[in-house]
Amino acid sequence: MSFDLLSVENLRVRFHLDKGTVEAVRGISFRMGREKLGIVGESGSGKSMTGRAILRLVQKPGSVTADAIRFNGRSGSRDLLTASPAEMQAIRGGQISMVMQDPKFSLNPVMTVGKQIAEAYRIHRKVGRTEARERAIAMLKAVRIRDPEAVFNRYPHEVSGGMGQRIMIAMMLIPDPDLLIADEPTSALDVTVQTQVLAIIDDLVTERGMGLILISHDLNLVASFCDRVLVMYGGRIVEECRAKDLHAATHPYTRGLLAALPTIDAPPGDLQVLTRDPAWMHA
Amino acid sequence: MTQPSLALEVQDLDVRFGSTHAVRGVSFTVSDGESFGIVGESGCGKTTVLRCLAGLNTKWSGTIRLAGQVRSHHRDLAAARLAQMVFQDPYGSLHPRHTVDRVLAEVCQIHGLDDVEGRIDRVLRQVGLGPSFRFRYPHQLSGGQRQRVAIARALILQPRILLLDEPTSALDVSVQAEILNLFRRLRREFGLTLVLVTHNLAVVTNLCDRLVVMHTGRVVEALDAEVLRTGTPQEAYTRQLLAASRGYDRSTLAAAEALEMGL
Repeated sequence: MSFDLLSVENLRVRFHLDKGTVEAVRGISFRMGREKLGIVGESGSGKSMTGRAILRLVQKPGSVTADAIRFNGRSGSRDLLTASPAEMQAIRGGQISMVMQDPKFSLNPVMTVGKQIAEAYRIHRKVGRTEARERAIAMLKAVRIRDPEAVFNRYPHEVSGGMGQRIMIAMMLIPDPDLLIADEPTSALDVTVQTQVLAIIDDLVTERGMGLILISHDLNLVASFCDRVLVMYGGRIVEECRAKDLHAATHPYTRGLLAALPTIDAPPGDLQVLTRDPAWMHA
Repeated sequence: MTQPSLALEVQDLDVRFGSTHAVRGVSFTVSDGESFGIVGESGCGKTTVLRCLAGLNTKWSGTIRLAGQVRSHHRDLAAARLAQMVFQDPYGSLHPRHTVDRVLAEVCQIHGLDDVEGRIDRVLRQVGLGPSFRFRYPHQLSGGQRQRVAIARALILQPRILLLDEPTSALDVSVQAEILNLFRRLRREFGLTLVLVTHNLAVVTNLCDRLVVMHTGRVVEALDAEVLRTGTPQEAYTRQLLAASRGYDRSTLAAAEALEMGL
């Protein structure tokens, strides 16, 4: 595995507010290849901001600084920090795309889902309506929607949550990006649907040789799905390990989180409560 | 005759919303001091059952008995004193412009309770918040602290039954552990009966002795938490839910899809 798809060096996200500056991400560095990388942490750990900062989607009063965010996609290597707004527009969706938590809020409610998927394709590829439509239907088929022609003409409120998330994934993958950032892509879904949606992402990552950043609060999910995991706390990466070794993690924060997590097999009884050590903020 | 040791008895509960048949003939009983789970995926009717028990949903048919008393179909202060509810989202269930003190005092006022000061003081201590939290607004509290306030609001009436609707799913893992431990302590100290609605099987096996699994408005299976722990449920649907809850495993996919076709 070469770690040359994305390299982030000393990334910081700050919010300049009236009452002072809040640091959401505090100097993190990581590299990844065409693999499944998980970022886990609790709310406020900076995991979502990391995903947004890569795409330069942090809005004012937020600001992003880094030594470099080097992305090595199909159109060559470039630093996303210094790319022009027009270049970023082409990269977003085209080479790096993002799936958010809830399809209800990510899909346009007054446009059929098929048109939205076709639009995503036409923005990044110079093709006609008919070809875009065919590609969109093929993509719906790829995310295992049974009657793609019928679903093409439906509005978002006419599809279930699981189907909505598959439509989002279809839309994000139709321009064939090199990197997919998925921020809690299955948290709004039932567990059985979750497995289906993850299996689709899994296949597409493998078939297309794409990289995936899966941002999640669910340690079991990340441990069972990803190749590698970064654990974030207070805007820093406190631990990095292979996903299958997550249960043998060594950092006290990761250990504390695992101990606080109820498991189906454990006998009933008090769960261990996490005692936060101020030193973790500086580790 | 109703046995006095039953905290809750539900018989043939049925709920329709227009053309949607949300709950279809659900029956179960919960003993005094027991911790009982209702588990299922979104839309299975689990929250609707709980809302009927709490009196928030008044259009149902069947019989509900709270501590032996038949529950009426209208707002009922006596029933409210028996069973109190804690909601999923502590950000949504507390009035943003009311202090903790006002939230708790309002309950005492509605129910005409005396010694409001003393009650508020005691209940805040019971949920692990000191008196310093009394005059704070919800936005000055963390998610876990807000949920403790919501629990205090339920406890201040000294109910026998707590109805819990996904009480930890909006919380971080470390905070969830604290709240689950709090429920266990309250149950022990006050002999409370807990009815927990959740989609999370790990939370259910941590807190409950017995549970029912619901799907499309019906009870699919009633079982002991121990059966989940040992992985030996009878019904295919429960087994599939259990497999999917253990994390990502592709091998469970084929069985899930076969079941979906069959249902």
